[in-house]
Amino acid sequence: MNDLLKMILFDANTQWVLIGTMLLGVASGVLGSIALLRKQSLIGDAVAHAALPGICIAFLLSGEKSLFVLLIGATMTGLLAAYCIQFIISSSIIKEDAAICLVLSVFFGFGIVLLTKVSQTPSGNKSGLDDFIFGQAASLVGNDVKLMAGAAAVLIFITALIFKELKVLTFDPSFAKGLGLPTGLLNFLFLSLLVAAVVVGIQAVGVILMAALLITPAIAARYWTNSLSKMIVISGIFGALSGMAGTLISTIGEGLPTGPFIVVTATALFLLSMLFAPERGLVTKWVKRMANNKQLRRNKLLQGEKRSGFHEL
Amino acid sequence: MSYESWILIVGSLAGITCGITGCFLILRKLSMLADAISHTVLLGIVLAFIVSQSMSGVYMLIGAAVVGLLTAVGVQMLHQAGIQEDASIGVVFTFLFAVGVILITVFADDVHLDVDHALMGEITFVPWDLVQWGFLPELPKAFLMLSTVLVINLVIIGLFYKELKITSFDPQMAAAIGIPVLLIHYLLMGLVSITTVASFDSVGAILVVAMLIAPGASAYLITDKLSIMLLLSALIGVAAAVIGYYLASWLDVSISGSMATINGIIFALVFLFSPTKGLLSKKISMKRLKMD
Repeated sequence: MNDLLKMILFDANTQWVLIGTMLLGVASGVLGSIALLRKQSLIGDAVAHAALPGICIAFLLSGEKSLFVLLIGATMTGLLAAYCIQFIISSSIIKEDAAICLVLSVFFGFGIVLLTKVSQTPSGNKSGLDDFIFGQAASLVGNDVKLMAGAAAVLIFITALIFKELKVLTFDPSFAKGLGLPTGLLNFLFLSLLVAAVVVGIQAVGVILMAALLITPAIAARYWTNSLSKMIVISGIFGALSGMAGTLISTIGEGLPTGPFIVVTATALFLLSMLFAPERGLVTKWVKRMANNKQLRRNKLLQGEKRSGFHEL
Repeated sequence: MSYESWILIVGSLAGITCGITGCFLILRKLSMLADAISHTVLLGIVLAFIVSQSMSGVYMLIGAAVVGLLTAVGVQMLHQAGIQEDASIGVVFTFLFAVGVILITVFADDVHLDVDHALMGEITFVPWDLVQWGFLPELPKAFLMLSTVLVINLVIIGLFYKELKITSFDPQMAAAIGIPVLLIHYLLMGLVSITTVASFDSVGAILVVAMLIAPGASAYLITDKLSIMLLLSALIGVAAAVIGYYLASWLDVSISGSMATINGIIFALVFLFSPTKGLLSKKISMKRLKMD
């Protein structure tokens, strides 16, 4: 077991994969916490599903499995889906949840149609596009991983640059407008960052579970702090931890998909936070309430004694 | 009966069952919960397989209904613990789905239960998967399951029509006059779970979401009356299934995928051209208003 672990840790490719998934975890944790506060977490889910037709279209048009081209296709349809959702909400009586659900399933269905077309092309059989559905980080190689790590690093950098503006926009949109910030542009920028994070992560986590990487670390981090900047850091750390743990588990076991293990790790971190976080954790709150009750009872007892003592005097 | 007609019948049955159930989800703003349940049903099916070691439909229905309800309860619990609703849905369904995928790859890798099948469904094989129930002749399993679930859905919706209607439109009022709102909520979630699992074999876990939401959303843009909405939704579901099948066999692609695509196209058409709430008719009436 030890030897196996050592072998994995010192293998150059695995190291790259680990760095890649770690950076991905940080990027999606950071963007996910802003999305969570803006109540846009499930848009990430829709975007991830909607990336499938883009990947297939890019493959059909270019005829090769170059990750860069595929990711551009995924970004296109992902953005299109995000705009479709906002357009349907703003110009009809359909509510947000139904719009998200509708766009998600129709785009994914269209993606499945294209996927069957892809598998009929001569080169499509072994294209491994299926891997995009559940993610297979362990099978990533060389340049693909570097692309993923680089893109994730760029995303983190851009978010850091416009962090102040995003913060104002998230908590007080009308104030942001009053300050003269270009709110439309910022909205567009944030949505594009979110789409980019999802698209970058698809390779490792897969289209269906990518939403978890945006939502779960962020909601876990929410238990630890009330400040946005701290929440973003904690969420980034949780994302990185889940990414690394998931990758390690799926590398050790033969043929295990990466995405599900990343999600299970993230959920475990979330449960721990929900129960044991200082101040807001359920168990911590319960312990505090018990201590408080005890204190109250003792005070009451003391008061009672005092009063009775008073009476005697 | 011929091969083609069985597929059309099964597709239409799925369209009707999903279309009717989906209307209530849209009115109650629960669509994402349906999406969540359609994912977690996978876990129910895997658990049913591991426990019973068979692919029998009854076990699958029970497993799916249990896990579907578990999803609804889990989301409700997290929501009550102070997490916003969309995030609690996201956490619960991704976790349960991830566990389902892991269990499949570890325990059930070599059986018919593969993940692709679960996601995309294989309506093509439906006419050959025959079973015998009681005195009936041998019939396709998917047909029997879907018609059973359709009957259950129709009976329950018929019995509780008034309750479902009032809890959908005005939950406070419903609670005030003594209707058990939460019970009706879980009843509906139970219906969604069994509908999902019955459609699961033919259209797949994810595309069933398209069949649940898209017809109802289209119908919602045409009418204001619940009974007409239910009827229209069922009709649109059938139309999408039939057109989708012919499109798929013409282009030689995934049948369930093309049914979902047609559902999307129908919605887009209604969205643009609906007589009352369409984008175009709204524009025209705006222009008329300006002219006056």
